Amino acid sequence: MIGLGLPRGFVVTLKNFIRPPVTEQYPDRHVGLLGAAKEAGMNPFQFLVKKPADSLKAIAGLATVPVAVKQSARFRGNEFTYFEDRCTACASCAKYCPLGIIEIVSVPGKIDAQEGESYKLEVFDIDIGRCMFCGLCVEACPYDALHMGTNFERSKYVRDELVISKEELFDAPKRPSAFYRPQFEENNFDPFKETIEDFHDAGRHEKKTYDELKKKWVDER
Amino acid sequence: MAIKTQPVTVNLGPQHPSTHGVFRMRVMFDGEEIVDVEPVFGYLHRGSEKLAEERTYTQIVTLTDRMDYVSSMLNNQAYILAVEKLAGIEPSPRGVWLRMIASELQRIASHLVATGFLLQDLGALGTPLIYAMRERENILDLFEMLCGARITNSYLRPGGVFMDAPAEFWPALDRGLDDIVNTIDELETYLSGNEIVFSRTKGTAVLPPELLINASVTGPMLRASGVDWDLRHRAPYDYYDKISFERKLHTASDNYARYWVRVQEARESVKIIRQCIEQIEPGEVRPSFDDVPRLIRPPAGDAYAAIEGSKGELGFYLVSDGGIAPYRMHVRASSLINLTLLRDMLIGGQFGDLFVTFGSVDLNMGEVDR
Ligand code: SF4
Ligand code: SF4
Repeated sequence: MIGLGLPRGFVVTLKNFIRPPVTEQYPDRHVGLLGAAKEAGMNPFQFLVKKPADSLKAIAGLATVPVAVKQSARFRGNEFTYFEDRCTACASCAKYCPLGIIEIVSVPGKIDAQEGESYKLEVFDIDIGRCMFCGLCVEACPYDALHMGTNFERSKYVRDELVISKEELFDAPKRPSAFYRPQFEENNFDPFKETIEDFHDAGRHEKKTYDELKKKWVDER
Repeated sequence: MAIKTQPVTVNLGPQHPSTHGVFRMRVMFDGEEIVDVEPVFGYLHRGSEKLAEERTYTQIVTLTDRMDYVSSMLNNQAYILAVEKLAGIEPSPRGVWLRMIASELQRIASHLVATGFLLQDLGALGTPLIYAMRERENILDLFEMLCGARITNSYLRPGGVFMDAPAEFWPALDRGLDDIVNTIDELETYLSGNEIVFSRTKGTAVLPPELLINASVTGPMLRASGVDWDLRHRAPYDYYDKISFERKLHTASDNYARYWVRVQEARESVKIIRQCIEQIEPGEVRPSFDDVPRLIRPPAGDAYAAIEGSKGELGFYLVSDGGIAPYRMHVRASSLINLTLLRDMLIGGQFGDLFVTFGSVDLNMGEVDR
């Protein structure tokens, strides 16, 4: 009805004015005395007595606590996780990358009578500055050696430093994302809390039978 | 006594906050009246169609994300349908259901963005846009659960999708759909009856249906003029023939009608997703690699597949010479074709309506320039 539209609109804006904000705070958020005490693991009175300086800061609104990023387990868009022991230098990932930014150099290693010829990986560079995090390399890796990772604080001043070498990949904390790796989802692995130390744990398990899969699908819906 | 004025030419854009990207208009004004408009585009041209000629069929999915970047899933779907037609791939049922859910969610997100920015162009700085973006954020969170990315999804693969939805997706989707309905209700409460919106959008930039059909404009713009043309109903792709939904039509064909049609379509999309959730069946989400290998070599030939995108008919035309990459790819970009009537919409109008009309086309420069 003409004439009522504007007031009705203002009721909506008023409702939104008092609803809790959806803004995500990162990397830390401001807390009051209660929050600071909770962070320190004490009750507020203990906190006041034991840490007067910190409590004053908290009361003045200057205390901050770090906030974990909210990301789903499948998030892609962060650094890679790489298990060198699983990699056979097959270069499927390099071939499958739409941008061709993975460089692999391998040399024939020792000849093993039982396992056939094994290749030694000399260079494994990912130019992460040009990567668009499409995940096709992870999808292509047949041995689950390369995963999307969840470490992301990697700002650099020079572009060249954005090329991740084999050593860097090897040293990075092993927090693989569940992108294209259903085995992590099945084990309820949380990349934001745990790491994978043993490279055996990163592999795929036996394929589920159709009945098991069907049960899972029916349960989930 | 009429004041004598002299026509003035003004350059709007390419770096203008209201041009929805890098778009330039050379506008000639006579006082407040628009006498001539000349659109200039190509600032965002990245040559996606050419780049596609040296990528394999799966790798091109990542290029299609970046065409219309507010409706990546729909672009993925149109491209994958063309590949499936070209290579004769039989998709897995569960994959098809999942991609229908994903693309309908994307349609809601795209319409929300269109509405938010239309109101922004009207001068409602912030509020409606923030409300719309807040809701879109929930949809992007759902996408993150589904495929790990929020905007450049690359979720679809020839024959289905790359991964099944995780267990926490289904309850989150149910909650999300309720939220979306609430937000649309809210949006309609404060906009659909708002007198300012009425006075600014009703009766401006009216386009007769014949003109729209002659210019092959599709999508909400066409439906706002009362032409019942929706590819989901006229030429059902995927499983849209198993879904029943209403086609919302408006006959006024002005800026308000275009806004109204988008909001109602978002409502219908929620209903479509609910039906998809009911009908989705267990199974693999993509055919095995024995049937559809990673490196597809379609037989020589060509194929065109079109879907009802968020902005109109979105089609991909692929020519194969039997190799691993297409010989030629062409995109029927609905944004570009909807833009062809810009002169008819603007000339004779007022300066104040320029950006409102422009926003009501809901164009995306990433798709116009590709
Ligand atoms: S995520 Fe995509 S762009 Fe990045 S290295 Fe892997 S395949 Fe290449
Ligand atoms: S990371 Fe995977 S795909 Fe890449 S070379 Fe190693 S085993 Fe092959």
